[in-house]
Amino acid sequence: MAKITSLNDLRKIKDELQQKIRLRENADSPEAMVQIRVGMATSGIASGAKEVFIFLVDELEKRNVDAVVTQTGDMGYSYAEPTIEVILPGKDPVVFGWVDVEKADEIIEKYIRGGELVEGIIPANYNTIDD
Amino acid sequence: MANYKYHLLVCGGTGCKASESDRIVNMLNNEIRENGLSSDAKVVTTGCFGFCEKGPIVKVLPDNTFYTRVTPEDSKEIVMEHLVKGRRVERLLYVDPETKKHITDSKHMGFYQKQIRIALRNCGFIDPENIDEAISRDAYIALGNVLAGMTPEETCNVVKESGLRGRGGGGFPTGLKWEITRKSQADQKYVVCNADEGDPGAFMDRSILEGDPHAVLEAMAICGWAIGATKGLIYIRAEYPLAIKRLKIAIDQAMEYGLLGKDIFGSGFDFEIELRYGAGAFVCGEETALIHSMEGSRGEPTFKPPFPSVEGYLGKPTNVNNVETFANIPVIFNKGAKWFASIGTERSKGTKVFALAGKINNVGLIEVPMGTTLREVIFEIGGGIKDGKAFKAVQTGGPSGGCLTQKHLDTPIEYDTLIEAGSMMGSGGMIVMDEDDCMVSVAKYYLDFTVEESCGKCSPCRIGNKRLHEMLETITKGEGTMETLDKLKTLSHVIKDTSLCGLGQTAPNPVLSTMDNFWEEYLEHVEGHKCRAGSCKSLMQYIIIPENCVGCTACARNCPVNCISGERKQLHVIDQTVCIKCGTCMEKCKFNAIEIV
Amino acid sequence: MIKLIIDKKTVEVEKGTTILQAAKNIGIHIPTLCYMNLGDLNIENKPGGCRVCVVEVDGRRNLAPACATDCAEGMVVHTHSIRVLNARKTVVQLILSDHPFDCLICAKSGNCELQDLAHKLGIREIPYQGEQSTYREDTSPAIIRDVDKCIMCRRCEVMCNEVQTVGVLSAINRGFQSVVAPAFEMNLDHSVCTYCGQCVNVCPTGALTEVDHTNQLINDLADPGKTVIVQTAPAVRAALGEEFGMEPGTLVTGKMAAALRELGFDYVFDTDFAADLTIMEEGTELLDRLSKHLNGDTNVHLPILTSCCPAWVKFFEHQFPEMKDIPSTARSPQQMFGAIAKTYFADKINVDRKKLVVVSIMPCVAKKYECSRDEFKVDGNPDVDYSISTRELANLIKQANIDFLGLEDADFDNPMGESTGASVIFGTTGGVIEAAVRTAYEVHTQKELPKVDFEELRGMEGIRSATIDFDGLPISIGIAHGLGNARKLLEDIKAGKSQYHAIEIMACPGGCIGGGGQPYIHGDTSILKARQKAIYQEDAQKTIRKSHENKYVQKLYEEFLGKPMSEKAHHLLHTHYFDRKKEVFID
Repeated sequence: MAKITSLNDLRKIKDELQQKIRLRENADSPEAMVQIRVGMATSGIASGAKEVFIFLVDELEKRNVDAVVTQTGDMGYSYAEPTIEVILPGKDPVVFGWVDVEKADEIIEKYIRGGELVEGIIPANYNTIDD
Repeated sequence: MANYKYHLLVCGGTGCKASESDRIVNMLNNEIRENGLSSDAKVVTTGCFGFCEKGPIVKVLPDNTFYTRVTPEDSKEIVMEHLVKGRRVERLLYVDPETKKHITDSKHMGFYQKQIRIALRNCGFIDPENIDEAISRDAYIALGNVLAGMTPEETCNVVKESGLRGRGGGGFPTGLKWEITRKSQADQKYVVCNADEGDPGAFMDRSILEGDPHAVLEAMAICGWAIGATKGLIYIRAEYPLAIKRLKIAIDQAMEYGLLGKDIFGSGFDFEIELRYGAGAFVCGEETALIHSMEGSRGEPTFKPPFPSVEGYLGKPTNVNNVETFANIPVIFNKGAKWFASIGTERSKGTKVFALAGKINNVGLIEVPMGTTLREVIFEIGGGIKDGKAFKAVQTGGPSGGCLTQKHLDTPIEYDTLIEAGSMMGSGGMIVMDEDDCMVSVAKYYLDFTVEESCGKCSPCRIGNKRLHEMLETITKGEGTMETLDKLKTLSHVIKDTSLCGLGQTAPNPVLSTMDNFWEEYLEHVEGHKCRAGSCKSLMQYIIIPENCVGCTACARNCPVNCISGERKQLHVIDQTVCIKCGTCMEKCKFNAIEIV
Repeated sequence: MIKLIIDKKTVEVEKGTTILQAAKNIGIHIPTLCYMNLGDLNIENKPGGCRVCVVEVDGRRNLAPACATDCAEGMVVHTHSIRVLNARKTVVQLILSDHPFDCLICAKSGNCELQDLAHKLGIREIPYQGEQSTYREDTSPAIIRDVDKCIMCRRCEVMCNEVQTVGVLSAINRGFQSVVAPAFEMNLDHSVCTYCGQCVNVCPTGALTEVDHTNQLINDLADPGKTVIVQTAPAVRAALGEEFGMEPGTLVTGKMAAALRELGFDYVFDTDFAADLTIMEEGTELLDRLSKHLNGDTNVHLPILTSCCPAWVKFFEHQFPEMKDIPSTARSPQQMFGAIAKTYFADKINVDRKKLVVVSIMPCVAKKYECSRDEFKVDGNPDVDYSISTRELANLIKQANIDFLGLEDADFDNPMGESTGASVIFGTTGGVIEAAVRTAYEVHTQKELPKVDFEELRGMEGIRSATIDFDGLPISIGIAHGLGNARKLLEDIKAGKSQYHAIEIMACPGGCIGGGGQPYIHGDTSILKARQKAIYQEDAQKTIRKSHENKYVQKLYEEFLGKPMSEKAHHLLHTHYFDRKKEVFID
């Protein structure tokens, strides 16, 4: 990794990173990448997020779904842990709660592959700093 | 495979369920079937929208139409109009309370501003172990800007103008703290991040560190620049291994990028951050105790002044802020102090993160603008009380805070109003209690905590709180008298008046606030020997209802202490002097002949 | 200067003055408990923990501890408003509610600051009763810890850690269970404790006391089959009178000897005699090492360190074992006395050593430990059977209904009661080395000292140094009292920075006059100065002021020992030290 030695460097890196993300999110082609974030703070892990994470990584590969699964922090919905966020290309992110391996399987099959929403959606109920 | 044109999201939160959202689901499904739309539309029940006041909620995707106060009878119209004809049902749309206009796209609805995530902005969005993801969401831009164009004085001024106050509980103006530390003269100064989160039920600091460690690192570096410190220390409890791991990774990555370390952004400013581990003592959240603990001494507070800003870690000026406070800093610089100050109220700016816990449906982390009322937090964002029980009290401020009641529900959440109401902001634990909670026991629970967590240095806290706890114990056992209540109150005031640090000075708050707000419950315990919540075992009695008892002997046979007597087919009687109140008899009785009084 | 109002009186003080001090300046004595200020020794403890000294300051939300709150301009302070009085009383009641109610039989009764405070505040009831914190008792050869009586004032911690740098005592556990204890809750006798007893000296309650031997002594005195002899250390005579209401600094040598005789001791001797003997051995050792050094012997260890103080000996055995060859091998006066008493004197009066009980009266609690050390026993029989403190002696005299003030002065018995002025000054910091110099000078130069008083070696400074001209040979002397100061000197020696030829070290601040077995001074350090003055006064009054001129010491060498550092002297009067670094263990 190269050192960032000026503010301009940092801005450039940031713009590149954002560009990549935008490309991914706005892509219409079905083969574009699916993004999944698994809430893996202490409360998520305690409720089984690790198992879900491993399941998603393994199964998406087995089932030939082009997806990136990453860990992220606490989404705030402790009552519904483990929680995952799924972003299909060109669509709004959807957060699912109470995700165990079985639920994860349903999400892959129905939502990721078929665009069909399944039970367990947690509506986002907050504003971000950019709203 | 089905490719649905429409998804109808029906809120399955407790509030909406109580308003028949289940029937809405059924009826929507019926209508869809009858209209032959089964392969075009799917009904999905979701978690709580946090908008229970206007429930039940139905949201239609993909157009984000948001229907409120939907009744089962509206199902037909929604299907016929919206799905079949593609026209929105205007009368069910949400009306903006300010503009009085119908709003269609839920993204622009006022209620969404009940929560705004500033401190939690990246939690759940980025991979905390990947600095690139943080950078893509503006990490270190604020630091870059500060180093490129602001003097330390200007930096302090931005924080001052933002109106940010300490999120650890005390609410001291952050900018002023920075300013004082900046003005202290010394060859070395320190920035300390207080990550010794200790309030029961509070975990927002842990979540921020686990979800967005760079926000804290960046803020500490900004603070270092502002006060003239080149060293930062994060005091974190060893019970937070994941937070520690992610902080370490974050520090390493930031060092590798040169965003921490020597000559940051070529500005000549050096800043390094080290971790210091605490053993989880609650009192180490107090800044002087925290500093002593970091120095390797026993974690106990010393008298202030001198304040750490003048004489702190290793005797050098030290600025101590908590995690959530720091997490706000980069945003203040990126979006401007004015923007930040526009959120919240006159005296409390910005947002506050709360950990909702207890008898509330949506247990979790929320972040609301200052000034939001307790009612909004509990009944809208929190989804109301579990199992449809009645709300009794909400405890804020942890062991230092107090219990607020029904009459406080419309109190806006601000540092000062909460204190006026007899509680305090604290670090953000919010524990909701229902009718089954005995308020004397609640006070006892908190005292139990402070007795355990007192450092033992000053006598009022070490011994006084123990005595308070003992008196509460007496009361819950039904052995208290009016004199006990008298002493409880008097001693509480002396402890507040004489204790050395904040822990002791606030420890009696749960007692005083429950005495203020639930005096009748205390009276019932000492005069009527009764606990209305039924949680004080010593005050309960299992008795047999003569009319219902058939003399089956099931209770007597199963009683572990043989305290039930009676012949077969005769009325049975429980010997109260022997009964241990285990409840087995009640469980075994098939005739509902045993009740608790 | 800062102007403020305390109880309606205006007072002007310098910046940095506490409310407590400012009030004191105008005659308002705010009660304190944990606060301790040993002014002359520069030792202060103000943790602000007990909260007894709280006062009301206008404009402040809470009451403020007077001991830890600095005065500010325009401050208005109330020291006895109803709010303050109630709070103060409640705080003391709380402390009492967690304190054993065994005042009547407590070793500290009458000297207990908590008892005193409860009395002063007129406390007649304890409204808040409940569980009392308990902790196991810990008995060592010298000090008893009865932690149930600990009120967490932390004074002992300051003495043990900051002043003595021994680091045994510190607060452990939390909340109601917190107590002051050795690390890992080990017992004192497993720790690096030196038994200096400074903790005992400052403990306001009976939580830290000395092991009491008075009952054993009473029994031995009553036993017709035993010959009981006593030796009294120099610092005792300068302090014992305080226990009987006499002015600090009153010398009671004669009364003390009379009282001891009335108590029934068969012979009343003086440790001072053995102190003169110590000078003969230690002084000779110094000159021996010095002459070897001057002759270019590089194996010789300099500086030579004194070894009279048992706490200091245990300190370097634990903390600086690699330097155990540096201190003089001479035993302490107490042990020299015991060794001579149970050989030379026992022979003289024809008593078997097992039937001869040697008791020492010491200003010290570490001496109790010293006489229990194995190397000072012969076939299990100790040279000194046990040691009692100045305080214990006073108590014994009171128990025996002796009118101490009315006693006629008496003399010590011979042969071991004869002493010189040099031995008397062993009782204060700087005294041992001054005594050694008086003798070493004359032995080395073969000339008579023009003046025996070495003012340059006297004083109360923690670390002092002086160069004495041995007739053209400059001898560099260092002095330290308090183990923290000793540590500094030792670090210097270790680092090769020390240029001293000889160093005197005493564990207790002030030397033996401030010993752990002396009458409690309750923070009044002027008492130490008065005792010191008394010691020098006794020295000045003596006709013989140099150890080598002690006739009975000379006779002892003639009849028994031969000469200093002879084989016999070596056997009886010298010792060796142990590496105790690994000796500390956790139970």
